[in-house]
Amino acid sequence: MQFTETVMDHFTNPRNVGVLEDADAFVEVGSSECGDTTALYLKIEDDRIVDVRFRTLGCAAAIASSSMATEMIKGKSLEEAWALTNREVAAALGGLPEPKMHCSVLAEDAIRQAINAYREKQGLEPW
Amino acid sequence: MSEKIHYFDHAATTPTHPEVVAAMLPYFTEHFGNPSSLYGLADESREAVDRARGQVAAALGASPAEIFFTAGGTESDNWALKGVALANREKGDHIITTAIEHHAILHTCEFLERQGFSVTYLPVDRYGMVDPAAVEAAITDRTVLVSVMTANNEVGTIQPIAAIGAVAHEHGVLFHTDAVQAVGNVPIDVDAMQIDLLSLSGHKFYGPKGTGALYIRDGVAIETLVHGGGQEKGRRAGTENLPGIVGLGAAIERACGDIPGHAARVAALRDRLLDGILERVPEVTLNGHPTERLPGNINISFAGIDGEALLTLLGMQGVCASTGSACSSGEEAPSHVLTAMGVPPALARASLRLSLGDLTTGADIDFLLDALPDAVARLRRLSRGHA
Repeated sequence: MQFTETVMDHFTNPRNVGVLEDADAFVEVGSSECGDTTALYLKIEDDRIVDVRFRTLGCAAAIASSSMATEMIKGKSLEEAWALTNREVAAALGGLPEPKMHCSVLAEDAIRQAINAYREKQGLEPW
Repeated sequence: MSEKIHYFDHAATTPTHPEVVAAMLPYFTEHFGNPSSLYGLADESREAVDRARGQVAAALGASPAEIFFTAGGTESDNWALKGVALANREKGDHIITTAIEHHAILHTCEFLERQGFSVTYLPVDRYGMVDPAAVEAAITDRTVLVSVMTANNEVGTIQPIAAIGAVAHEHGVLFHTDAVQAVGNVPIDVDAMQIDLLSLSGHKFYGPKGTGALYIRDGVAIETLVHGGGQEKGRRAGTENLPGIVGLGAAIERACGDIPGHAARVAALRDRLLDGILERVPEVTLNGHPTERLPGNINISFAGIDGEALLTLLGMQGVCASTGSACSSGEEAPSHVLTAMGVPPALARASLRLSLGDLTTGADIDFLLDALPDAVARLRRLSRGHA
């Protein structure tokens, strides 16, 4: 399958890989379509994502999407991070082949679920 | 991308051997006559088709009159199943096959089910082996055909074909085998193995793509699916693919000329590769039968990674291989073969198929033994956060 140079760069040199021991939010989400899983850790200060880590078991597109998404939400407010769509992640990667678009949905799902997990921990209504 | 290709996908396809290409070339330009024509130019074409029919027959222990040329393994499988089912409908409407067949068989069976036939899909054991006793237990007085592949395309397991054929015949049931992966790797004798119909495909044994044959034992009732002219004794119409048929004949003669020698060479490389992987990579599982398997097949799962991601990493280094699952919408994932063998979904998704053959060299094995452990370790760090 033909991937863009950006996809291959994020696949072979993924950013923000690992674990945040003192994470304020952690989720593990899976794709029912292909069995990919992503674990996402957020460090949050004043409603802003100050650090982020991920681990993904999946194909090149899933790993690149996770890597790009973490780059895109780092430093953003929770509201801005919530607004990030899978299409924006795919576009930032220079595009994904259509059969791989669902891989970018995994990243979007992980971010939104992590934000809601944090909100619930704070006693707030989930978005 | 590495410029050098390390080809470990012989089960998907093989290059047409230069000797086969040389045999084919005159039939594109010089001897181009239509074998059905009556003038002298057609004589050489007719003789070439007959020669190829004899070469295929000799490789199977059959007679030339029992060989029918097709456009490949898929057409042969379709013809065998649909043809026998339709021609024997008054005798019965039940077919027995296995859960690990190629989609050319499984999708054809699904089609026949929509036409009112019933199909039993036999399970396999953890090694992908079919039990002849299970075949016997599934036979009813409505059964007209048993179809079991000779060797599996994903895990390489070789079935007890002679025993299954014997069981079918004891009950008066016809026996078909999809031998697409087996021809050239496993000796075939249609009489000794009690086979009534056999599918083969040229491009799996260094012949041209788009060529194949169906062996039909003399006397077997089978319906014609491709109607038109009177080619292939009126059973499969269409102007003969003359160069392709010549290539198929040359390829099968070459591939079956020294099966033990070929198998020994390839199996030695395979064993060195497998031993090396087991030694260098932790948490791996071999899928398929430990001994009853194709000489060139390794199907192995690496816990904690995605097989497609591994293929992408290896592909960047010029390694061509295959996986049992594809992360694409609409794809069946993981593999129906590994699932039927009871391989857990996570390990099925983590599978890699390496199929060795004529192109494989010792240098390819060394290269992969260097590249594979690093690639697996890299993906495991990503997915599990291992240091």
